[in-house]
Amino acid sequence: MAVEHRTPEAETPALLVRDVSHAFGENRALSDVSLEIPRGRFVVLLGLNGAGKSTLFSLITRLYDNVTGEIRIFGADIRRRATAALQRLGVVFQSRTLDLDLTLHQNLLYHCALHGISGADARARTAQALATVGLTDRAEEKVRNLSGGQSRRLEIARSLLHRPSLLLLDEPTVGLDIGSRESVVKIVRSLVEKEGLAVLWATHLFDEVLPTDLVVLLHKSRVLFTGSVPELLAHTETQTVSDAFRKMTGTAAGTGEFAA
Amino acid sequence: MTTVSATDQQRSPTGDRNTYDAPPPLGVRAYFTCLYGIVWREVLRYMHQRERFLSALVRPLIWLFIFAAGFRQALGVQNTPPYDGAVLYEVYVLPGLIGMILLFNAMQSSLSMVYDRETGAMRTLLVSPFPRWFLLVSKLVGGVAVAAIQAYVFLIIFYFWEADLGSTGYALLLGPLAALAVLVIVNAFGKMFSQRTMAGALVAALLATAAMMLAVVFAWGLPAPSMNYLAVLPAVLIAGFMLGSLALLLSSVVRQLENFAGVMNFVIFPMFFASSALYPLSRIEQSSPVLYHICLLNPFTHAVELIRFALYARIDWISLAIVLLCTAIFLGGAIYAYNPSKGLIARRGGPG
Repeated sequence: MAVEHRTPEAETPALLVRDVSHAFGENRALSDVSLEIPRGRFVVLLGLNGAGKSTLFSLITRLYDNVTGEIRIFGADIRRRATAALQRLGVVFQSRTLDLDLTLHQNLLYHCALHGISGADARARTAQALATVGLTDRAEEKVRNLSGGQSRRLEIARSLLHRPSLLLLDEPTVGLDIGSRESVVKIVRSLVEKEGLAVLWATHLFDEVLPTDLVVLLHKSRVLFTGSVPELLAHTETQTVSDAFRKMTGTAAGTGEFAA
Repeated sequence: MTTVSATDQQRSPTGDRNTYDAPPPLGVRAYFTCLYGIVWREVLRYMHQRERFLSALVRPLIWLFIFAAGFRQALGVQNTPPYDGAVLYEVYVLPGLIGMILLFNAMQSSLSMVYDRETGAMRTLLVSPFPRWFLLVSKLVGGVAVAAIQAYVFLIIFYFWEADLGSTGYALLLGPLAALAVLVIVNAFGKMFSQRTMAGALVAALLATAAMMLAVVFAWGLPAPSMNYLAVLPAVLIAGFMLGSLALLLSSVVRQLENFAGVMNFVIFPMFFASSALYPLSRIEQSSPVLYHICLLNPFTHAVELIRFALYARIDWISLAIVLLCTAIFLGGAIYAYNPSKGLIARRGGPG
């Protein structure tokens, strides 16, 4: 098992999702979804609520298995080589997942343990992660005392502790005020620039897309478009991402192709 | 791309690592770190929930001091193994109350697991790269550790109760805790002390109580406890593990388990009363043979009997076998239910 990820893998994408479908009973949550995240790129997964973003995240994080298609993180299949895949993956879930009664420091140490990191190494990583998100002076406070934006930043810090190469964030700015939102976006974007992390950023807010980003447009369980922002605008002959989104989802909804 | 070694990963935390180095494989030490981390979190969370600690302690004490005292005359126990001759009802009921601590604790942690699943804390656990069975077992070990702490605090109280110190002795023992209680009540009205001061007072009261215990043991020259508190530890752990696995299985099967009253009615009370916790099974057989057989089938009966015999450094082999078998079944079921592809989580739409 260990042999595969020692081979040169410069061409392997950070995340590869191919032909993945998923249904809850009669409800089809994802239909033949394929997408690719190149290394070191900021990819925005755009979709309205209920488009299937969270289901896709659950499949990528192995919360439930993909029955069809394949999901590979740096070449490691999430079903067959879950450990290798999950070691390289950092996740910030949509719902808050911190222990409110524990301190910031304790929350981070717990996460280190979940990745088998202990002792001086864990303490050094915790300190570094807190510094990255600007929460060093709050380390010994309980998470309960943090604001929404601060706990989001702490969750980002937590997702970086095991030094993942791919970061997934599910609607990380939901419920944040403008200031906190900007600081969260800035932190994650600088990780892409400085450390070359690959990021999949799920959102329904069009103004979070920059012209240099890659876009995956997910609508009613299907991927309608993948590519760069200029490509999206050219393809739809529109001026803004939100116009492009409306145009594409409008046309797709009109074709009536969603019968399961 | 550099080759991967442990030193690459531990290289300076200032960010000069290579982002695409493959992470090192997880060795035995990493597994221990993970287990320790999960247990540590459970214990820490438990310590932060003071109400839970108190209620977990008060419940069996009420049974011991009120219920058992009332039934002492009605239910003298004669010649039931492992006892030779008659024993006080309080002595008979002790293993049942330890079982009760384990049962309540298991159900409470299974409830917190459902809560975890709703809030997503279970998700953070399950995206850890360790195998899922290992994560679930670690979580169980954490719950059992908390339950064992509770059981031992209860045993210590029983020891001092059994020693019959008289009013002076108990006044000395309970003095620091009573002072703390007064302080807490006063502070609830006045808010004159900070949280930090109160935490300090709690620690001081606990230390003072521990010191009082030692003082009392030596001043009164208390004998060793009448039961073997050390031999009971493995039995407590095994029984706790079985009940924990059952709770884990329940937490995965019953998605809407957030209502503790429901768990009380449908799990805790039937298991507790239809067992040998409160009365010897021979008594039940006299009144209802059907109920007797139900009690015999109840795994909780065997958990209690395992503890009862272990308190006298003896092993009830049949109970041990049944408890181990039930643990295997419950744990297997829970791991199956939490399996992402086959289990119930996948079918029900999963956590969150």
